[in-house]
Amino acid sequence: MNLDKCKKGHKIRITGIGNSDIRAQAIRFGISEGEIVCCAEVVPAGPVVVQKNNQEIAIGRRLARQIAVELIS
Amino acid sequence: MHCHDSGVKINIPPDSRKIVLAGNPNVGKSVFFNALTGLYVDVSNYPGTTLEISHGRYGNDVIIDTPGVYGISSFNDEERIARDIILDADVVVDIVDAVHLERDLFLTQQIIDTGVPMVVALNMLDEAGKQGRKIDIDLLEDLLGVPVIPTVAVKQMGMDELKEKICCARSGHIDIGLHSKLHELHDRVANQGEALLILEGDPVVAERHGIAPGSEREEIYLNRRARVNDIVGHVVSEGSKGLGFGSILGRMMIQPVTGIPILLFCLYLMYKFIGVFIAGDIVGFTEETLMQGKYEPFVRSIVGRYFSESSVPGSILIGEFGVLTMTVTYILGLLLPLVLGFYLVLSAFEDSGYLPRIAALTDRALSGIGLNGRAVIPIILGFGCVTLATIVTRVLGSERERRIAVFLLALAIPCSAQLAVIAGLITSLNGTLVALYVISILTVLIVTGTLLNRFLPGESTDLLIDLPPLRLPRIENVLKKTITKSYHFVLEATPLFAGGALLIGILQVTGLLEMLQRLLQPVTVGWLGMPKESATIFIMGFVRRDFGAAGLYNLGLNDFQTVIGLVTITLFVPCIASTLIIFKERSRREGFIMWSGVLFLAFLIGGSLNQVYRATGSVYGVIIGLISVLLATLLLTKIFVRKPKLTSEGINYGR
Repeated sequence: MNLDKCKKGHKIRITGIGNSDIRAQAIRFGISEGEIVCCAEVVPAGPVVVQKNNQEIAIGRRLARQIAVELIS
Repeated sequence: MHCHDSGVKINIPPDSRKIVLAGNPNVGKSVFFNALTGLYVDVSNYPGTTLEISHGRYGNDVIIDTPGVYGISSFNDEERIARDIILDADVVVDIVDAVHLERDLFLTQQIIDTGVPMVVALNMLDEAGKQGRKIDIDLLEDLLGVPVIPTVAVKQMGMDELKEKICCARSGHIDIGLHSKLHELHDRVANQGEALLILEGDPVVAERHGIAPGSEREEIYLNRRARVNDIVGHVVSEGSKGLGFGSILGRMMIQPVTGIPILLFCLYLMYKFIGVFIAGDIVGFTEETLMQGKYEPFVRSIVGRYFSESSVPGSILIGEFGVLTMTVTYILGLLLPLVLGFYLVLSAFEDSGYLPRIAALTDRALSGIGLNGRAVIPIILGFGCVTLATIVTRVLGSERERRIAVFLLALAIPCSAQLAVIAGLITSLNGTLVALYVISILTVLIVTGTLLNRFLPGESTDLLIDLPPLRLPRIENVLKKTITKSYHFVLEATPLFAGGALLIGILQVTGLLEMLQRLLQPVTVGWLGMPKESATIFIMGFVRRDFGAAGLYNLGLNDFQTVIGLVTITLFVPCIASTLIIFKERSRREGFIMWSGVLFLAFLIGGSLNQVYRATGSVYGVIIGLISVLLATLLLTKIFVRKPKLTSEGINYGR
């Protein structure tokens, strides 16, 4: 499934990020492919906020649609 | 001091070292800079507003600040500037936020990989401690291979030790695989840092050496990330922590149900502070009592000894548009207090970490006009100063977004100076007319943005933004920032105003003003339904829109004419400074198209309102007309909506 379908509180593993520049920036933020993150907030029709430890990143809805994730719990 | 592609030009004595401060955004770099140099540095919570590089003396050495970045490459201006300064450094003091160690150490390790000697200041240890986070500093030092000094900069803890340890800076541990790759490049690129960036595919650095950029960015990044995660895993032990009030409030700020009321409440407070307290009480004192009551009679009496007020020099100096009377009163009495107030609020917003959350909240709405949430920063800044905001559009991810944002800023965003004049005029109007004004400007903003998004080629980028922890803004920082920005404003605005006043004064005494007024009569009287003297405000408007808007006071307009005047002058071309910046940022051709487009739209819309009013005979008719245009545009673009392209970069990301 893709990140835009996640619900608040989901624990997910990021399995694929479409764009290579976005992938590079995601690695810097520590949310690269393979990382386990928490879906901290979903703004209706808006960005998805993922959280890893103390780090929170807001990801626009269209971009979230291009990020493949796997639900852990 | 100027920034060039090759780096920053600073005069550095031959035997002194360049000590560079580096770190992620919001790690407290400015506090270190102040502690080391005692000089002022502009700080900001939002990545993208500290493009001015500060530097200062530290003993025999020079301390250079860099913009906060998450890594060095060519993703944006900040990174390019930080990259060039760091590659040129003798010593790097890397400031790391202990609360966000995983994120920050990526930059740390990247700088270590450049081979430059480094000291790490592990900052905000108190906050990390409060969250139950323990960090093994000795082990971190061993793993990184550079000195690590624990600090709490805001409490000045650890600063003396940091100063002592700067001389012990050394190159840290580099991954063996990466090290051998760098070594292979050594014959062609002597500087290890530049070799690293070429391997990481940085196009700018590669071109400097005439080498094709490498294709190993992702591999190097992934290895670095794995190394950093491993280090963090070894040195950090997490305690239990609940969500603090800050995180709960932070979450509420981005959810529309709670976030919109919070935003509206903040805007209301802002209005109460700037629109009522400063624009009313403070300006009432500074403009009327101080400037018009004391200063102007004083100047008139002095100048009056040499020239009578009706003579040519007299009318230019102390007449209706006097360079010594109107200009000075206007800048110091009216604008300065307002600009101070605005920057005070904005700096507090910036320092608190609220701006990125407004970006997340408004992302959805802004995507409708081809922008993403990030664009809320230049838009909010635009209400302060459109010139500054136009420069800040550099934080946007694509040329397309910059084009849309710059145009909308030039067209429909009134700056603080203009807002102040508008606020003053609008209080005399009834509610319906105020609504007409607000709806007009919003309609123009939404319709223009939607159409640009529909018809401009290319794709806009998506939001990907770090939400920093909410922090109480530090008063000292906020005040310093406010004063510096306001000072720059006065420096920049005064000559423009004086020039504008001089121009109008000359036009007046030569009779040209009267002639222009007659010439423009078909537009002003026929189309806009305003008196012919209103030509003056548009001539003034070319210099500054607020200058023009202020002219509306003395035209003896009826209420509806005031609204037409306000709408037209709000949409009118931005001030000379902004225009110059638009030309510089967007190329002359595009700048010219934007500028004339804005001019045309201002008169088109102002006049249309007047014509519809005449035809329907009621303000409600005009409002209904506006709303139907708005709905029609939204509906039509909904029907002919652009299908999101899903190319190979889209849903099927394989390698």
